[in-house]
Formats: sequence, structure tokens, C-alpha cells
Amino acid sequence: MIRFLANRLLGMAVVLFLVCLFTYVIFFVLSPDPAVQICGKNCTPEAIDQIRANLGLDQPFWQQFWTFLSGLFVGRTYGTGANAVECVAPCLGYSFQSSQPVTGMILQRLPVSATVAIGAAVLWLLAGVSAGLVSAVREGKFTDRFITGLTLTGMSVPNYVLALSLQFLLVVTLGWLPFPQAVPFSEDPLQWFMNFLMPWIVLSIGAAAVYTRLTRANVIETLQENYVRTARAKGLSPGLVWRRHALRPALTPIVTIFGMDFAGLLGGALITETVFGLNGVGKLAADSITKNDQPVIMGVTLLAAFLVVVGNMVVDLLYTAIDPRVRVGSAA
Amino acid sequence: MTFTPTELEAEGAAGGEATGDPASSSPPASGRRLVRAFMRDRAAVACAAYILVVVLMALTAPLQVLLSGYGPLEFDQSAVDPNLGGLPLGWGGGIGADHWFGVEPGNGRDIFARIVYGARVSMTIALLATALTSTLGVVFGLIAGYFGGRTDMVISRIMEFLMAFPALIFMIAVLSALPAENRQALLVVVISFFGWPYLARIVRGQTMSLKQREFVESAKASGASSAQIIFKEILPNLSSTIIVMTTLAVPGYVGTEAGLSFLGVGVVPPTPSWGQMIASSVSWYAVDPAYFLFPGAFLFLLVLSFTVLGDRIKKIAESGEARS
Repeated sequence: MIRFLANRLLGMAVVLFLVCLFTYVIFFVLSPDPAVQICGKNCTPEAIDQIRANLGLDQPFWQQFWTFLSGLFVGRTYGTGANAVECVAPCLGYSFQSSQPVTGMILQRLPVSATVAIGAAVLWLLAGVSAGLVSAVREGKFTDRFITGLTLTGMSVPNYVLALSLQFLLVVTLGWLPFPQAVPFSEDPLQWFMNFLMPWIVLSIGAAAVYTRLTRANVIETLQENYVRTARAKGLSPGLVWRRHALRPALTPIVTIFGMDFAGLLGGALITETVFGLNGVGKLAADSITKNDQPVIMGVTLLAAFLVVVGNMVVDLLYTAIDPRVRVGSAA
Repeated sequence: MTFTPTELEAEGAAGGEATGDPASSSPPASGRRLVRAFMRDRAAVACAAYILVVVLMALTAPLQVLLSGYGPLEFDQSAVDPNLGGLPLGWGGGIGADHWFGVEPGNGRDIFARIVYGARVSMTIALLATALTSTLGVVFGLIAGYFGGRTDMVISRIMEFLMAFPALIFMIAVLSALPAENRQALLVVVISFFGWPYLARIVRGQTMSLKQREFVESAKASGASSAQIIFKEILPNLSSTIIVMTTLAVPGYVGTEAGLSFLGVGVVPPTPSWGQMIASSVSWYAVDPAYFLFPGAFLFLLVLSFTVLGDRIKKIAESGEARS
């Protein structure tokens, strides 16, 4: 078990390191000189040099990369002497645009993204698993075919098309929901809830469709297993067969894909947040991309990759706990 | 993100495990049977028909624009009302004999022409990206699965890395940083770069199990080279998986292209794209819903058709394999 864990942790570190390096190289090579951008219009070559020195942009690539990497773990200091600014670990640098620390910017936006992700996850799990179960019970009947048709539709709607249609229908035409406004939960819980309702629905529909199909396929497959037949032959009540023998193995794969989907969503739902104007990590990414704010893009990319990798690992660990058939030694 | 192909492909992984024995079913008979099974499925036929229409639209775009009389880049100020901030004149966003799908508010460009040319962009990018990802996925999957050992480890690590990467953020960042010329080729490359591991993973798994089968062993014993075994013995057995996976991947790429164009980093204006049209309809949709409705509906139906088609092909392929 310990060897398995160590192996996974090492693999995780390698993947994250590669993500770091890859993003850094791409931005190092591609993006226009940030010092020129920061300096603005009335700029002298000396001022540019000063900014470059402050940001450490005058150093060779490997040195810059190393400074960035070590900043993640032990923090780093910008500038020298009286102008020195301490950036504590995990230091992702400072935004080129607003000069705020990137770590702080991300942490500030994380609650919104988390709210969006958690609400959507609850919705899609409930809807997906229950629809999948209904579909499996009524296999081949009208209900099953209807649900299957719905899932194909749900998987096919691009989420911005769905978002715009919902907004048009619910806000503009029918007036069922108020126009989205940024309100903190403590001030007006109802408006707050209404604000998040549409993003939750939009994000959950595609995933719910996938989960429905997965649940349906798994349950149908499990019901054909020998041990289920044995349980039935023993005379167990159908309810007990379902609860004890069919559901648990059928739902384990759901855990796997749920962990990855949820982790991915925590790192920001870029399109949905942009469409609904929610100030989450996804919107931060979208905004900083248009402004070419390299440190922020790096920070968000790293966070998203980190979440996916950690999510993957948590899922693997959970899997060994839920499914006794998976043995740690052979799985690694 | 609904439009990443990941989710669809994760499912394909679960379904595509069974590979039949090729010797027991002769190809022509099974081909005819598959076609007959397909023709009986009304939904599948409807979807195939819609895709065909879009493909024809894309191929004959210049002809159709000649028929309708307005090009995709032509401004028609007579179709919009300058007093209302450029709102199209007439019902449904200016639908009429002149402009079949109405006009864009503001500058009066013909929506029909832009939809037709947008189909071109959409189909070209999606199909090229599919071709490229499939090639990469099959080749790397075969290599990793067949040779195993260190080769497999390296390829698997690269795949893990690419799949852990927040592809959407990255695609946007790269595309916005790169120069705008030849944007369509760039889109294909960027989409494929992150897309191939999903197919490669499945091809790898199946290759690993096929490698153990008797017919591969007998080929090996009779002195066939690795290349011969891979292409003559293993690849034909993967054909149904590859067909299913590619059909299921197309809608993902149609969606990705439209999504990137929606976010403003895809196809650059003035080249029309459905995603871009949807993005520019956002500020008008309260007063001119038709402007949003046309590209939205065309995009949704195209993705839906490919998804349904892929789903049906998968089912037919699976049942065919089960029977043989």
C-alpha cells in the first residue's frame, strides 16, 4: 500500500512538473514582452530594463523557471533592497495587469467556482443516477427509450447554447427568474440561489446525460451476473437483491468518473462562468487570456491540472476501498 | 465542459471491449446486414440525412449563395433600421424572399450565407481534426500496446500528461497568443494534440489483449515481422472500435471548434463560423432572437446527429460482433 502510494505521488509530481514546464515554455516563447505592456506609452528603454529586472525577466530561461518553481514551495522575493516584496509560498507571482498576487486572486475566486461545481455535481448525480436506474429497470420499454433519447439530446447541446436559451426563456420571455446580479448569500439568499440556479442546470445537463447512460449500462450488466442470479434463486426479495448485490458494483465506475469530472469543474467552468458573468476561476482565466496576463494564466492552468491529478489519485484510493476486487499490488 | 470528447469516449471504452472473431463472419454479408439494420432505424437515417444536407451545404456554398443573392461578407444596410440601432426590418430578424434566414442586426449581412459558409468551416475543422486524432491515436495505441515495456510506459505517461492537462484553458491561451493567420489549420492541430490519447488508450488496451490471441501467435511462429502482425493481424480486428470511436469523436470536435470561436479565439472574423455568430448574437438576443436561433439550431442539430449516429453505429457493431 505504501509503495503504491509513493508510486502514485511520484507520478503525480512528474505530471505536474511537466504541466508547469510545458506552460512556461509556451508562454515564454509565444507571448509578447510583458515589460513593454506594463510600461505603457511613455516608456524609456531604461524603464523597461528596470521592470524586466524587477520581474526577473532578464535572466536566462532555466533560471526563471527554477525561480518560479521554487517560489511555489518556499516563496520568493521580488526586487531588491527597500523595494523588495515578499511573496509567500505557494507563490504564483504577481499579475502583470493589476499587480496583485496571483495566489490571492485565485483564492478569492475559488468559492464561486466551488459553489458552481458543488451545486452542479449534486444535481447531475441525483438526476443521472436516478434516471439511469429507472431506465435500467424499464429496459427496452418506452420509458427507457425516452430517457435514452433525452440523454443523447443532453449530451449534444453545447453549454453556451443551452445557457443562452435558458436565459432567454426563463429570464427574458417568461420572467421566472430575476436578472442575474452579484449578491452575497448573507444579504439576499433567494437572489443568490436564483443566480446560481441557471449555471447549475447548464453544467449538470451534459454530465447528467453521461451518468444516466453509464448507470443504465452498468446496472443492466450487473443484473446478468451469476451472483445476482444466485441471489434471486436463493429467494431473496427483489428489493434486497437490488440493494445488496446489484447497486454496489454497478455504481463503482460512477465514482471514478465523478471524481475526475468534479475536480475538473472545481478548476473553473470557463464558458458557463463567462456567459453568466460569475466571478469564478474560469472567468478569471478567460479575462486574463484576453489581457495576456501570463502569471494568472499559468496559475489557473496549474491549479486546474493539480485538481485533476489529485482527483484522479483520490479516486484510485477510493476505488480500492469500495471495490474489494481491485488489489492494490496488481493495480499499480 | 460538455463539449470535451472525453465523456463520450469514456463510454466507448466500456462498450468497445468485445472484439469478434473475424474468421466466422464473411465481410460482404455482414456489411449488407449492417446496412439493412441501419436503414430500419428511422432516427439514424434522419440524422444521416441531416449530416448529408450540412455536408452538401458546405460543399456547394458558393452556388447556394449565388442562388440566394447575398454573399457572406456583403453588407445590406437597406435590411436594417438605423433608427432602432440597426435592428433588422421585418418579421423574425428580417426573414423574407431576399434574406431567407434574415440578416445580422447592425450591418445587415445575410444569415443564410453565413450559415452556409459557417458549415464549411465547421465541417472542415471537425473532419480534419478527427482524421488527425484517429491516425495519431491508432498509431500510438498500436505501438504502445504491441511493444509494451518501456515504449508503452513512455507513451502512457505522455497520454496521462495530456489528459490531466486543462485542455480548454490551454487551447484558448495558445490560440490567443499565436498570430491569427491560418487559424483553421492551427485549430485542427491544437484540437488533435489534446484529443488523440482518448482513442489511443482504448486501442492500446485492445491491442494488448489481441496480442495474446492464437492467430497472432501463429503469425509470429510463421515468421511474420512486427509491422506485418500489427497491420495485417491486429489492425483489421480493431476496425469496428476505430469506426465507432471516430464517429463519436466528430461531434466533440464540432462543439470544440464552435466553442473556441464562441470565446473569440477560434476562426477569426470576417470568416463566418457558427460559434462566432452565436457569440455576437448575445448582445441582441433579447430583441432579435432569430439571430441566435439559426446558428444555435444548426449547431445543436449537427452535434446531435453525429452523436445519435455514433451511438447507433456502436450498437450495430456490438450486436454484429455478439452474433458472429
